[in-house]
This record gives sequence, structure tokens and C-alpha cells, in this order.
Amino acid sequence: MPTNPFLHARVAITGGTSGLGLALVRQLHAQGAHVAFVARHRDRVAEVAREHPGTHGIVGDVSMKDDIYPMALQILGDLGGLDVLVNNASDLGPTPLALLGDTECEDLERALATNVLGPFRLTKALLGALAASAREGRGALVLNVSSDAAVNAYPTWGAYGASKAALRHLTAIWDAELSEQGVRFLSVDPGDMDTPLHALAVPDADRSSLRRPEDAAQELLDAIGKARAMRDFRDERVASAARP
Amino acid sequence: MTPAKLMIVDPLQGLRHIARSQLVDVLRAGDLVIANDAATLPASLHGIHTRTGESIEVRLAGRASLSQDLADFSAVVFGAGDFHARTEDRPLPPLLTPGDTLALGPLAARVTAVLGHPRLISLHFDGSSDEIWSGIASHGSPVQYAHTPTPLALWDVWTRIASLPVAFEPPSASFALDWQMIAAMRARNIGFATITHAAGISSTGDVELDGRLPFDEPYDISSSTARAIARTKSAGGRIVAIGTTVVRALEHAAMRDGVVQAGGGVATQRIGPGTRLKIVDAILTGVHERGTSHYELLRAFADDLTLSAADEEMATHGYRHHEFGDSVLVIPAVGV
Repeated sequence: MPTNPFLHARVAITGGTSGLGLALVRQLHAQGAHVAFVARHRDRVAEVAREHPGTHGIVGDVSMKDDIYPMALQILGDLGGLDVLVNNASDLGPTPLALLGDTECEDLERALATNVLGPFRLTKALLGALAASAREGRGALVLNVSSDAAVNAYPTWGAYGASKAALRHLTAIWDAELSEQGVRFLSVDPGDMDTPLHALAVPDADRSSLRRPEDAAQELLDAIGKARAMRDFRDERVASAARP
Repeated sequence: MTPAKLMIVDPLQGLRHIARSQLVDVLRAGDLVIANDAATLPASLHGIHTRTGESIEVRLAGRASLSQDLADFSAVVFGAGDFHARTEDRPLPPLLTPGDTLALGPLAARVTAVLGHPRLISLHFDGSSDEIWSGIASHGSPVQYAHTPTPLALWDVWTRIASLPVAFEPPSASFALDWQMIAAMRARNIGFATITHAAGISSTGDVELDGRLPFDEPYDISSSTARAIARTKSAGGRIVAIGTTVVRALEHAAMRDGVVQAGGGVATQRIGPGTRLKIVDAILTGVHERGTSHYELLRAFADDLTLSAADEEMATHGYRHHEFGDSVLVIPAVGV
């Protein structure tokens, strides 16, 4: 087993120009992974790609159905396949946060489109490539970024919490259906981090009490590395004909 | 639409019909199913021939290899109009000469050669590989034909197993597969593997050009697939190809010494009645017309008498043309 599990791994990250996503791009780039990242704003995508030579910046919005296939096409084209997908882009729902009774339906819809439908659509579009990676023993994995709000009922976090709960359950079912074929799905809660999303949610938070996104990113990468190194990932059965 | 049909052709035991979704029931433990996992490029690019200002449609049609460097393609070029007109009715493009520039939405391309026909060129895209992918993703649409009047989206032309985007038209036989079927194969100890083959365009509307189809098609075979084939062969299992592109790639890769080598190549050979197949035992394919290169390939699997009987049987049972999903599986009960 190589000391660096991400050397030459082909990794795509949504929401890759700020917060946790940007920290993941940085660290994976530093570790020799082939990285493609997606974000909405063209200028910011170009800037992050410039700062990390060799990474592939893709402009797109995961909440938009029509953006998904062009995004998948570029991810697969730029990287020549895919081993790891990190669905990190997230929408908070109403800002400032609101009680469900005060939440506009459109805000809930947007949270669901970004946090549930987007990851579902993108995963589905990339599933053929992930299964091919698994058959080649490259350790195919999808990491969906979760939250403690997916499990606990925090007042005013309704749109976000409900969407993250749906994503978490989707992740578990994907994993139950596809781990046999060598594609693993992980749901990880990175904790409260000092990111633009958290600043939107809790503008007056004491930033010194929040985790640095770099630390959370390292923890996520450890979880991905550990899961990919598990024995079933190298299991040749997924590519093979039956044993006599 | 009614569920897709599948006719089983066993050269020794005759013909029978099942639902295409029942494919796994015809297979045995120890067989290895191999499909083409190429995803389909949005290979139709509309734009302007700069020198004359005339509207053109460029259909990307070939590449030398599957590498990520995608600056150079061969392409078929039409004059004004789009897929709503039958390809045979499409006007010629303006006279194309090497050095001409083509403005294709965000993409800029240059004609590098005219390949012996006023519609067939090689072209070079300006810009970095990422810029070209981005331009194709935002501006291209799937190649399509007049018999499908509504515009196709990428999700219509990507199969469930679509992986590397290198095909110019869908490897349509792979539409027979879904994740349920792949899980069922695994449960029954039927192997599943993929190759990637840049399936080319099926028609140009021009008799002379169509006679040159298929253009050279690059493919790639992973080492895990090559190993699975070797294991299956040595254990006496059958190799079941999903689609003609799989047959062409596997037989090409085994041309040198009868063993499928992992790696890339360009399937240049034609397969027909005289071909002795070294690797593939059975093929699942769409319903193809006599005279096409797809039909010729089937003649390597079964004699003309069997195929004529199959044609008649399919006509009697109202089998629809290949893009509607009705299929035929030529499979000998005994390994060849």
C-alpha cells in the first residue's frame, strides 16, 4: 500500500472554491491527486485553478438539472475517469435562518435541489465511471458532506437539516446497493467550521471557537483514505468471471 | 412504448423470444459479459465557416486515440440546417480548404486537411484541453437524425454504465444494461467487465462516405478486463459481447497472438462471414439491416441461412429498428 493514498487518484469536488471544498482542493492537489472542482462563479473558478496549477476548474451549479451532464462530461474528460466524488456544495436554506413556519417554500426547494437532487443527479451521471474505477481496483468512493443537523432537530435549521437528513439516508442506501460492486458511499459530518456558509448561518459566531476547514478537510481525507484502502476495494471479484 | 424484445438465436437450436430485461436468464455461471462503457460526446457543433460566413454543422467523427488531449478530430461537415432534415438531403458545406477557420460557439477550430471528400475533414481546436472540454460541454449536442424530431439531451444518449466520454454516437447495445441486471449477474456468478471503444457515427447521408464507415475507432482495454477474459477462457466460460464495438475491439486486441492484450489500439479490421472469431462467443446487438457493417459482423457468428430465418422471424414479430431497443442475441449453447 502506498504511503500517499491520493497520489494519481482522480477526484472531483463540488463547491470547490471556498470553505471545506477549497481546503480539500488544496490538500488533494498537494498530495498529487488529479483534481477537478466545480463552482458557480467563473472568475472565482479561474482564480482557484490558477492558484493550483494542474487542477481543473469547472463552472456549474449542482442545483440546476441542465448543468449536471455538462459538469459530468468535463469531470470525466478532464480527469480521464473518476475514483472519488465529493459532494460538498451545500445550500443553507433561508438566510438568515428561519423557523419552518417562516421558511419560504422556494428556500426549501433550493436547499433540496442543492443538497439532495444535485448530489443524486451528479452521482448517477458519474456512476458508470465510478463502477469502472471499482472494477479496476482503484477504490471508487463517493463522500457526501453531512452535518449534525442531519440527525438533530435544531430549530431554524429546518430546510438545511431536512435536506442533509435526506442526503445522509440516500448515502446509506447507495452504499447498501453498490458496495457489492465495489463503489463505497460515505457520509461525514465535518463539524462547525469557520466557512462562508457558517458565517451566513451564524453571523455573530465566535470564530475562534470554530474548526479550521483545513483540519476538517484532513479528517475527511483520512476517512476517504481508510475506506479506499479496505480490502474489498482491492477485491478482484468485482471484475472477474466466476471461479470454477 | 412496449418493453424491448430480445430474440435468441442459437445456430444449433433455433430461435426464441424473451423480454430484453430477461437477458440474464439466457446466461450461465462462468460466462463473462463485456460491454462498451464509452459515454457519448455532444459531437454536433453548429457554427460559421469564417471565410464565407456560411452556417455549418460539424459532427465530430474520429480521433487517433482515447488520450485526454482532444485537440485533433476527424469530422463530417454539413451546410446550413440541422438534424430535422434527413442527412441525405443536407447541403454540402462551403468548399473547405486546409487553414480555413471555423467558429463553433465558444470553440475555434482550424481545418487541417480535407480527407478525400468535400464533407470529411480533420480539424484542430485552439485552446487548452480544459477549454475544449468546456466548449464542447456548453455548445455541443448529441448527433441525431430526422426520425427523432425532439432534440436529444446528454442523459438520453449516456447508457447506465457510461464512463469515459469518447463515443461519437451511443454504443447502443449497452442500453440493454441496468444496475439491476448487473447485480443479478453478480448474484449468479456471471462476470461483468467493460472496455471503452469510441463508437463512431452510424450514417453520414452520403453513399460514398457511408461506404467508408466505420471510421477507425480507438479503444482501450483495462488490465482487469483482460485478466477476466483470460480466466473465463481457461475455465471454459463464454464471452458475451454487448454490441459490435466490443467484438471489434476484443478481436483486434487478440489479432497478434489470440490473447486479449490490455491497452489501447485502433480497431481497423472488418469483421464478416470470413472472420474466424478468437475471443467472442456470443453477441447482443440491435436489429440491423442487411448490407450494413453491423450486419456483416453478425455473419461471423451465424451462417446466412440462420440469419435469414432470424430476419424473417423478427419481421413477423414486429421487431423495431435498433435505436428502439429491440435486440438479438446470437449465442451458441456450446462454446465455439
